[in-house]
Amino acid sequence: MSSTLTPVRSKRSALTKGQLPKYAPYVVLGLALIVGAAILALIGFNAFGWGIVSAILFAAGLVGWSAAVEGSRKAKDKLATCLVVGSFLIALLPLISVIWTVLVNGVPGLIAPGFLTSSMNGVTGVYDNKAVEEGAPVIGGIYHALLGTIQITLVATVISVPVGLLSAIYLVEYGNDGRLARAITFFVDVMTGIPSIVAGLFAAAFFFAVVGPGTKTGAVAAVALSVLMIPVVVRSSEEMLKIVPNELREAAYALGVRKWRTILKVVIPTAISGIASGVTLAIARVIGETAPILVTAGFATSINNNVFGGWMASLPTFIYTQILNPTSPANPDPSSQRAWGAALVLIILVMVLNLGARLIARTFAPKTGR
Amino acid sequence: MTATPLSSSQGAGRAGDKIFSAAALAAGCLILAVLFGVALFLVVQAIPALTAPAAEIQGGEGFFAYIRPIVIGTLIAAVIALVIATPIAIGVALFISHFAPRGLASGLGYVVDLLAAIPSVIYGAWGAAFLAKEISPAYNWLAENMGWLPIFQGPASATGKTILTAGIVLSVMVLPIITSLSREIFLQTPKLHEEAALALGATRWEMIKMSVLPFARPGIISAVMLGLGRALGETMAVALVLSSGALTASLITSGNQTIAAEIALNFPEASGLKVSTLIAAGLVLFVITLGVNMIARWIITRHKEFSGAN
Repeated sequence: MSSTLTPVRSKRSALTKGQLPKYAPYVVLGLALIVGAAILALIGFNAFGWGIVSAILFAAGLVGWSAAVEGSRKAKDKLATCLVVGSFLIALLPLISVIWTVLVNGVPGLIAPGFLTSSMNGVTGVYDNKAVEEGAPVIGGIYHALLGTIQITLVATVISVPVGLLSAIYLVEYGNDGRLARAITFFVDVMTGIPSIVAGLFAAAFFFAVVGPGTKTGAVAAVALSVLMIPVVVRSSEEMLKIVPNELREAAYALGVRKWRTILKVVIPTAISGIASGVTLAIARVIGETAPILVTAGFATSINNNVFGGWMASLPTFIYTQILNPTSPANPDPSSQRAWGAALVLIILVMVLNLGARLIARTFAPKTGR
Repeated sequence: MTATPLSSSQGAGRAGDKIFSAAALAAGCLILAVLFGVALFLVVQAIPALTAPAAEIQGGEGFFAYIRPIVIGTLIAAVIALVIATPIAIGVALFISHFAPRGLASGLGYVVDLLAAIPSVIYGAWGAAFLAKEISPAYNWLAENMGWLPIFQGPASATGKTILTAGIVLSVMVLPIITSLSREIFLQTPKLHEEAALALGATRWEMIKMSVLPFARPGIISAVMLGLGRALGETMAVALVLSSGALTASLITSGNQTIAAEIALNFPEASGLKVSTLIAAGLVLFVITLGVNMIARWIITRHKEFSGAN
């Protein structure tokens, strides 16, 4: 064969010589899946192991082929691509696994009659033992915890939004990037990193010192959550106020409008969609906090509508106590069924809040006129 | 509306201005006061534990003997979390910023943000009910084959509720933090640097190695530090996943404890000096995380001044 002289018959031109054909990844992927399945068949098949082995085989095969045809630089590029895509797939695994686990375990709890409308008041281990041994329905629900979560979060929002929004207004409109403004910005950033349990301990220590030792109420928990929520509200509102075009402010000033009326009537309405979505995201962040509520509001089994008196249940602490201290230590299954049901409700709440934030931001976005 | 005299409306406007700016200033100062108050009240409530005779503290050997093992346990869990999360998070951030198709990138970013949205107690429940069970055969294998390493010394925990499992759960929780921060830094890489590298014939990986990573290094470091802050303070994942005990070198047996989990497990039933001891432990945690966060923020601020020149 005098291949160097005869014109190349194949479709591959001189330009694409020394490159892997376009179909190369698919071929390698197919081979990797088949070989992976064969290897797993030898040592006992499971889907997870198949995925891992095939992924390794795919990366090795593609990089090896590329090294042979294209040289080491291209092969390194392929290897990096494989690693980057692989790390993304690995990051997806826990997300899928968590959501799947919560769905599978949570649905039986959620559809149990009275789960959303009854509390744990009077539900003792006796009933749980009966449910396991005699097949009686699992009773008891999360009504009290749902109420507690809503009340605590509401009070926390009422505290955090004015403080957070006003601070953001100070930073953007009055601070002039002075020393105080920079100090506030820095410490707001630092505050976002406060461990949630330290925020809870702060609220507890504060109320222990001011009201009396052992004070545990919904209000204390709300203060703890505000400590976590304020920095989030400040940051998001600040960003939103900053992107309000300066021309709007100047136009208002030119009409002789006072600064505070400019802020209230021009700046905030323009930024309101972003602020609202930021607040919603902040609520989504604190609604799932467990540790601060655990040390500030205790846990209750019955409905408590008074934020300022008595222990109060919340969804996260309900999940925590049902798992760690089952109602009936001999038969923890009903408790874990309730815990997973509550987890499903909590995850739905958080996801709805997250989606809501995005919808708010998109629907009420200001028209910039550009 | 009847016409009001000009001067009075101006007076009202001026008062409004004053009240409003004072309120904004007060809110800003309140934030500083809260952070100061956190430190102050923790110190005040912790003093009894710090000054109490050694025999009265849990363990009977004083506060520092009590806090030392759980500080080390906290660091172990956080280091495991970072060792696992950092490379994956950087990979994910690179995938979203430079590898994924443009149209998909923001959607994929949202998927990673979902990881951050899941409440910590649910991660804890998942780690305890699912991950610990699934991973315990791997621990047995490690104990049999790698047992000569002190960190994998057997016998492995039968339930899988070990500090390594807790560290893995923590790594899932810090992953979105590191990812979203590094992604933002990667996207800020000057386009001209990237295009110059590509124009010189660099492959995509060489372009990233030469222009993106050097530019983003301080940002990555601070993102990892912020992830460290989160991992140090995370409570529920450890409280639910780890079956705690005395400090041990082996990562695959039950044992070790972290500060946050120690507080969460004991605070609800604590009273008297025990409350004070736990608040003092919280103070230690607060100081550690505050230090880590301040260093991270300082790096970011310094980096901002540099990148402004580009």
